[in-house]
Amino acid sequence: MTSQTPTISGKQAVLDALPDHPAIQALLTWNPEAFIDAKFDFGELTLTIAPTEIRAACSAVQAAGYNFFEDMTAVDWFPASPRFQLSYHILSHAFKERIRLRVLLDESEPIVDSITPVWSGANFFEREVFDLFGIHFAGHPGLRRIMLPDDWQGHPLRKDYPVEGYR
Amino acid sequence: MSENPAAPALELPAAERTGENVMVLNMGPQHPATHGVLRLVVELDGEVIVSVRPEVGYLHTGIEKTCEAKFYQQVVPLTDRINYLDPLSNNLCYCLAVEKLLGLEIPERAQWIRVLLTELSRLNSHLIWLGTHAMDIGALTVFLYTFREREEILRLFEAVAGQRMMTSYFRIGGLSMEPPLDWLDRVQAFITTFPEKIDEYSNLLTGNPIFMNRLKGVGYLSASDAIAFGVTGPPLRASGVDIDLRRDMPYSGYEKFQFKVPTSTVGDTWARYEVRLVEMRESTKIVQQALDGMPGGPVKADAPKIVLPDREKMKTEMEALIHHFKIVTEGFSVPAGEVYQGIECGHGQMGYYVVSDGTSKPYRVHMRYPSFATLQAVETMCKGRLIADLVAVIGSIDIVLGEIDR
Repeated sequence: MTSQTPTISGKQAVLDALPDHPAIQALLTWNPEAFIDAKFDFGELTLTIAPTEIRAACSAVQAAGYNFFEDMTAVDWFPASPRFQLSYHILSHAFKERIRLRVLLDESEPIVDSITPVWSGANFFEREVFDLFGIHFAGHPGLRRIMLPDDWQGHPLRKDYPVEGYR
Repeated sequence: MSENPAAPALELPAAERTGENVMVLNMGPQHPATHGVLRLVVELDGEVIVSVRPEVGYLHTGIEKTCEAKFYQQVVPLTDRINYLDPLSNNLCYCLAVEKLLGLEIPERAQWIRVLLTELSRLNSHLIWLGTHAMDIGALTVFLYTFREREEILRLFEAVAGQRMMTSYFRIGGLSMEPPLDWLDRVQAFITTFPEKIDEYSNLLTGNPIFMNRLKGVGYLSASDAIAFGVTGPPLRASGVDIDLRRDMPYSGYEKFQFKVPTSTVGDTWARYEVRLVEMRESTKIVQQALDGMPGGPVKADAPKIVLPDREKMKTEMEALIHHFKIVTEGFSVPAGEVYQGIECGHGQMGYYVVSDGTSKPYRVHMRYPSFATLQAVETMCKGRLIADLVAVIGSIDIVLGEIDR
């Protein structure tokens, strides 16, 4: 009793399959070069954005009707490179639909622009990623640890951090 | 959008707020009105709030990290501990996310019982909110009444799951077992009398002048601010944004149920109170519809490599025993990929982001919980108001610290 929605991977394939999608349209008119890759999987659309352009991409999809910042977090793909993936989940109240913006970051330079100027609600979410993954957000109004004590060593959600902590 | 109804009432002229007389007050972490271990660093000018800075993390237990070391099915009991007032919504959201990755179809009966139980769980959450919120304001009696009904809901949970609070009743692929024989009748008995109980709370509070004065015009949040801060659930709907994932992005068969989504455009704590009261009545209707149309059939998906076999089968059939052994010792592998599943829980939009690398343990589980985002809006709601209003505002956003810290 299993059913799987078909996976469409690759930017061109997704463009062909979903030509009228408002978020894709918005990103193409905004900056087609910073819109690197796309995937449609499990009924969810994932759009990969160049790391330097995430704030502008958020503004672009916000203007296209994806008005609600729902969630953001990171995934550590250690030891692969690029090591970190940031996933932003943006919901549209008008289209009743969610998109995922994805940014891939190299371990050597784990810094990305903060999206708090676009959605101030990203504040705590970015602090959490900073705290638990050690990824920095440029332009964040107060980038401090949020869950752990200020003098904590390391970033627990990184894959090279043992589950029981350092002993 | 309506104007802030009480903005000028307590707004001091800017000239009087020079910052010379600002006092820093630590509210919490051990404070009865913070509903757990929330610490608010409040700057006060006299009794007027200048700024509020929430400090969280006192309950951080690293659940997201723990999930990475567990099999998929072992994560279910961890989810209960996050939002302990609405346990079944946690279970549902996680199970739906993993089922999406697996492409597993859930039998209709299991879906309907899931809807029924999550609505009871929402009532449970709203009852605790109402009791504690009224208690913060000084109306102690309501607490005793709401806990009377909550007790009955917890007995219903105990009957199906064997546990009152940490239910873990939903499993990947359905439910852990068929509910006891008389259980649906017990739910019916409860839900028949419940609307009268809501009237009872309403009689105690809605016309109560002290309660009204403490709530009306307090903690105003505009729709644009609510969206900017990521506020969801009843506070968002009380600010005039008509969104409810149960209706707008249905999951687990919610599209088959008819219910209204209450909204208000006033945006103050009173509006949040009214929205939640109506939501309780609507939840009652959903439970009634679920009871009336409850389909028959199995409560577990037909996927022997994922769903544990019945006890009886496991003891008599070789194949079932092998599957049981395999699932318990090795887990089951989940196709690689990433999914985000959002649901509407009692406090707002909950979301589980599950990343799989094709093994039997989740590569990454991230939970989006409504209180975490809503807490950011507290300062906007309280600035320039009296410190006593802070207590009303925290009560009105229905905060659970377990879900903020995780």
